Amino acid sequence: MKVSLSWLKDYISIDMNIDDLADSLTMAGLEVEYVSDRYSYLNSVMVGRVVEVETHPNADKLKLCHVDIGKRSIPVVCGAPNVKKGILAPCALPGTVFPNGTLLEKRSIIGEVSEGMLCSAVELGLGANSSGIMELKENLTVGNKLHQALDLSDPVLEIDLTPNRPDCLSVIGTAREIAAFQKTKLTYPVISLPESDEDIADFTSVTILDPDLCPRYSARLVFDIKIAPSPFWLQDRLISLDLKPINNIVDITNFVMMETGQPLHAFDFDRLAKNKIVVRTAKKGETLTTIDQKQRLLSLEMLMICDGEKPVALAGIMGGLDSEIRRSTTRILLESAYFDPVCIRKTSKKTGLASDASHRFERGTDPNGTITALNRATQLIAEICNGNIIGNIIDEYPKPVSDRVITLSVDSTNRRLGTKLSQNDIEQYLSSIEFKVEKIDDDQLRVIPPSFRVDISGFEDLTEEVARLYGYNHIETTFPLIPAEAVKPSKKIDSRYRIKRLLVGLGFTETITYSFINKLSCDRLELKSDDQKRRLMNVLNPIAEDQSVLRTSLIPGLLETMHYNITMQNKNLKLFEIGNVFFNTGKEDSQPDEVEMLAGLWTGKRMDDSWLSRGKSCDFYDIKGAVEELLRNLRITNIKFTRMRPEHCCYTKPGYTAQLVVGNKSIGILGEVLPQVRKNYDLKQQAYIFELNADNFIELIPDIKSAKPLPKFPSTSRDVTLIVDKDIEAFNIIKSVEVLNEDLVESLYLFDVYKGSPIPAGKKGISLRITYRSAFETLEDKMINSLHKDITGRLAKEFNAILPV
Amino acid sequence: MDKNIEQIQQEALKELEAASDSKKINDLSVRYLGRKGAVTQFLRTISSLPQKKRADAGKRANEIKKSLDKAFKEALIRIEARLAAIEDSIDVSLPGRIVSQGSLHPITQITRQICDIFSRLGFAIAEGPEVETDYYNFEALNIPKNHPARDMQDTFYISRNIVLRTHTSPIQPRIMEKQEPPLRIIAPGKVYRCDSDLTHTPMFQQVEALLVDRQVSFGDLKGILTTFIHQIFDDQTSLRFRPSFFPFTEPSAEIDIRCVMCKGKGCRICSQTGWLEIIGGGMVHPAVFENVGYDTSIFTGFAFGMGIERIAMLKYGIDDIRKYYENDIKFLRQF
Repeated sequence: MKVSLSWLKDYISIDMNIDDLADSLTMAGLEVEYVSDRYSYLNSVMVGRVVEVETHPNADKLKLCHVDIGKRSIPVVCGAPNVKKGILAPCALPGTVFPNGTLLEKRSIIGEVSEGMLCSAVELGLGANSSGIMELKENLTVGNKLHQALDLSDPVLEIDLTPNRPDCLSVIGTAREIAAFQKTKLTYPVISLPESDEDIADFTSVTILDPDLCPRYSARLVFDIKIAPSPFWLQDRLISLDLKPINNIVDITNFVMMETGQPLHAFDFDRLAKNKIVVRTAKKGETLTTIDQKQRLLSLEMLMICDGEKPVALAGIMGGLDSEIRRSTTRILLESAYFDPVCIRKTSKKTGLASDASHRFERGTDPNGTITALNRATQLIAEICNGNIIGNIIDEYPKPVSDRVITLSVDSTNRRLGTKLSQNDIEQYLSSIEFKVEKIDDDQLRVIPPSFRVDISGFEDLTEEVARLYGYNHIETTFPLIPAEAVKPSKKIDSRYRIKRLLVGLGFTETITYSFINKLSCDRLELKSDDQKRRLMNVLNPIAEDQSVLRTSLIPGLLETMHYNITMQNKNLKLFEIGNVFFNTGKEDSQPDEVEMLAGLWTGKRMDDSWLSRGKSCDFYDIKGAVEELLRNLRITNIKFTRMRPEHCCYTKPGYTAQLVVGNKSIGILGEVLPQVRKNYDLKQQAYIFELNADNFIELIPDIKSAKPLPKFPSTSRDVTLIVDKDIEAFNIIKSVEVLNEDLVESLYLFDVYKGSPIPAGKKGISLRITYRSAFETLEDKMINSLHKDITGRLAKEFNAILPV
Repeated sequence: MDKNIEQIQQEALKELEAASDSKKINDLSVRYLGRKGAVTQFLRTISSLPQKKRADAGKRANEIKKSLDKAFKEALIRIEARLAAIEDSIDVSLPGRIVSQGSLHPITQITRQICDIFSRLGFAIAEGPEVETDYYNFEALNIPKNHPARDMQDTFYISRNIVLRTHTSPIQPRIMEKQEPPLRIIAPGKVYRCDSDLTHTPMFQQVEALLVDRQVSFGDLKGILTTFIHQIFDDQTSLRFRPSFFPFTEPSAEIDIRCVMCKGKGCRICSQTGWLEIIGGGMVHPAVFENVGYDTSIFTGFAFGMGIERIAMLKYGIDDIRKYYENDIKFLRQF
C-alpha cells in the first residue's frame, strides 16, 4: 500500500521529518519498505531559458530552439505554439522518465538533433494545461533542477501491510495510526449533500437474496452527470498512488476507496435491466463479461450483483462491461457494500481475478463504513460532475454486524506482556485508536473495538494493541524461570550428527539437495516398473518440471551434484547427503512414508595429484573401505556385505554391487554406478555410491562401548594360501574361520588374492594370515603349528581347496 | 685440589657444547686429554698430594678423564651425523602428502550452533514430518482455509489436504498434543515455498522454538532472543522488536538486529535501513493452545522461528542463497 505525505496531510498535521515518520510507522506495525519522492523524475528536468528560436528547416510547424540550461546551451526541437525567445521553461534532458512512463532519449527530429525537450505541465504531471510549454516565472535560476526551483517534494511511503490490518489500506486508516503515536487529532472530511426532492425508492430497489454473503448494500442515485476527465487535483492524487485516471466518476470511486478503504462501484443506471439491483449467487451456466473484456463462466457459490435479469458485476471484485461508465452515461447507481471476506476470496482465487476492491473485501472492510464512503463519493460527484443527487439512500442491512465486547484485565495484560501499566495507561492507549473503553472495576475494562478493526476479537488482540502503542522496545527484557530439567537428546539426532562428522573425517563433503527431483529420475535410474522407488508423490504446483516429484532416493541428487561439479571443473568428488525420501502410500490425500537415507558418492581420483604421486582413480574397494571404517567407528559389527543378485541391481552395475545385510534384512547397497545411468545423467567418469536406510542403520549403533583388556602375552601368526574355485567369496572363508570359534585365533587378515599362473584356470589363490594368541600364556610353536594345520585342513575340505606345497 | 679437577671438567663440557665441528672437538680432546692436556697435567700433580688423599683423587681424576673421553667421542659421532643430514637435506617447503577431510554443509554447521545455544538453555530438540497435513501446517496454527494469511506463504500442494510444510511451526501442535507443559523445544528442519529468486529457494531451512509454562511473558521472549542473538553473533549486536502479524501468535513481533555488515550505518545488505529482519515470533495465540487442549487460563508461552540460511549468510558473508543448494564443492569446502 502506497500513501503520499501530502495526501496524509489532508487529515492530519505531521511535524516530524519523513524518516522519523517512516520509522514510527514501522515500529507501530506498519512496516515502511521504502520512501521515494514522487517528483524524483524531475531530477533531470532543468529550468531552461530559450535563447534562440528558428524555424525548423524541414518542418513548418516545428521550431529549432537553443536552450540555456545553466552550464551549457543545447539544441531542442519544439512544436509548442507558445515557445518564444527569452522565456523560462522546463527542459527535460535525455534519461527523464515522464509520469506516463515514456523515456526521453536524445534523438533527431526530421534531420535536426534535439538534446532535450521543452515540456508542458501535463507532460510533467504538474498541471492540466497541455496547450503549450509551461512558462516559468522570471525569478527562477536557469540551470536549477525543476523540483528544487519549484520546491516540489512529496514523499511516498510504501507500506508492507500485514493481512490483519485492512483498516490501514487507506489514507485515513494510515493517518489514524499516525494520530495515535503523534497523540494528535484526525480531521475527517466534512460531507454535505445537496439532495433533490425526488426519492430514490421511486426509481430503483435493492434486494439481497443471500444476506450471509452480502450483509449490507447501500446505494445512491445521481442523475444528470456529465462524464469527463477529472480535474487535475483528483488525477494528481490518484497518480501519486500509481492509479491511472480514467474518467471523473471512476476516478472519484477510486479516490474514495483510497481515502476511506471502502471500495465503491458505479453502474450506468440506464443499463440496469428494470433499473434494479438483486444480490444473489450465480445460477448454473450464467456468464458475465467483466470490464477487462473477458467472459467469465460463473459457478454456483459466486456472489453476483445482478439487475432485473442478469449478473452485472462480480461482487466485490470487478464490474461488468455492459453496465460500466461510458462517455454517454448520464445517470448512475453508486454501490457501497459489505461482503463476506471468505466468499470474495474464494471467487477471486477461482476466477484468478484480483483487484484493489477484492484485496480489501477479502481482508475485511468496515461494515459500518458503507454510508460515509457513499456520501463522500456522492458529494464529490455533485461537485465535480454537476450531478443531481436523488434524495435518500438505500441501505439494505439484513445482517447487522454487532459490536464485539471484550473484557480486558489489567493484571493479565501486564503478566502477558511483562509490563507494569496502569489501568489509566491502557485506557488511554486504546482510546487513542478509537476503541471505546469503560471501567468495570479496578482491574477490568470493557472494550469495544471500532467496526473497522476486523482483526480484534479477543483479549490477546487487545494486549498487542497496548504493547505496540506502549512500544515493544519499552517492554523490559526479562528471563523465564526455567526448571533445571533436561531432556535426553534423541539417538537419531545425535547419531546423525556423529555420522556426518565421521564421513567428513573420511574425506566426504556434505551436500544438501532439493527434496523434489525431476519426474524422469526413475527412468534415468533405470528402475524397473515395479520398483518401490517408483511410488512417487507429485507436487501439484511445481516451480519447475525438474522439481515436480518428491525424491524416493538420494542418488539422483548426488548424480546431479556430480554433474554440476564436473561442469564447474571439480572432478574429484567425495560427497554425501543425509535426508528424507518420500514414498507414496497409495492412500488418497494422505502423508507419504518419510524415510531418512544416507548416501555417498566417490568419483575421480582416490587422492588428488601431487608431486609425490599421480592419483589413481578410485574404485569399488575405496568406497567400501570408507563404509567399513564408518561401521568400525560406530562399533557396528553385524553388517555383512554380500553380492547383490544381478537381477536385483538397477542403478548399479551387476557384479560390482554389494548389499549391506543385517540378519536377513538388506539395509543398503554399495557399488559402481551403472554405465547406462551415467549416460542418462551425462556423466563420463565412473562413480561409486552407497545408499543406506539411515533409520535402520542408526538403530544398529550400540549405545554402550565396553573396553576389552589388552593382551598380556605375545601373539604369533601363520600364513596359509588356499587355491579355490574363482567364484568362492572370500567372506565365506573368513566367516568359516570365525565359525570355528577357536579361542586362540585372535584375528584373520586376508593379504593376497591371486589369479593366473601357476594357479590353474578357473581357480584363485587366497592367502590368509591367522594370528594366534592366548590370554593366559605364551603359546608354543608346536601347539600353534598343530592348530594351524588343523584349521587349514578343515578350510581346505570345506572349500574343496588345494593347499600349495 | 678436588675442586680443580671438577672445574676442568665443567670447562671442558662447556667448550664441548660450543664446539660446532669435528676439528674443534678434536682440538678440545687434545687440549684436555692430550699429553700436555689439562687433565693429564692434573694427574701428574697427584703424586704431590698427601698419601691419604692420593688414592681418592687419582680415582676421581681417572673417572673424569674417562667420562670426558666418552663425551668427546660421542660428540664427534653426533656432529658427523648432523653434518651428513644437513648434506642431504630435503625441501621442507614442498607440500605434504595429501590427507583430506571433507566438510559439513554450512547449514548443518549453523543449525548445530543454534541448537547448541538453545540446548544450553534447556531446550530439547524435536523434529517433524516435512510433508504435512493442512491441519498441522495451517488450521492448528489458527490459519483457517480461505484466510488471507495463507497468502503470506506460497504453498506447494501434494493433494487437497497434504502440503510441503511451509514453516517448522507445525511441530508446535504436534509436540503439544503429546506433551503437557512446561515444555521447551527447538525444532530445525527443511521447509518449502514456491518462490525462487536471488533471495529465495523453493526449499530452505528454519528453526522453530517454543516455550510454554505458567507466567511466561513477552519480556521473557525478549530475554531469550537477546541471549540467543548475543551468542550467535556477539554481545554488541542490538535488537529491535516491532509489531507484526502471525496468526498463531498474539502479540506478534518481527525481530530485527543491527546490521552485522555495516553496524547500522546502512548498506546494501540491510537495504540502507541499518536493520536486518531475522526472526518472527510472539506469544502463542490462545487458539493454538485450545486446539491442543492446553488450559489458556493457566499457561502462556512464546514461539519464534528463523531462517537458517539468512543467519548463515550473515555469519559467513554469503550473498546468494542459491549457493547453498548448488553444492559446488569449492563453495562447500570453505566452511
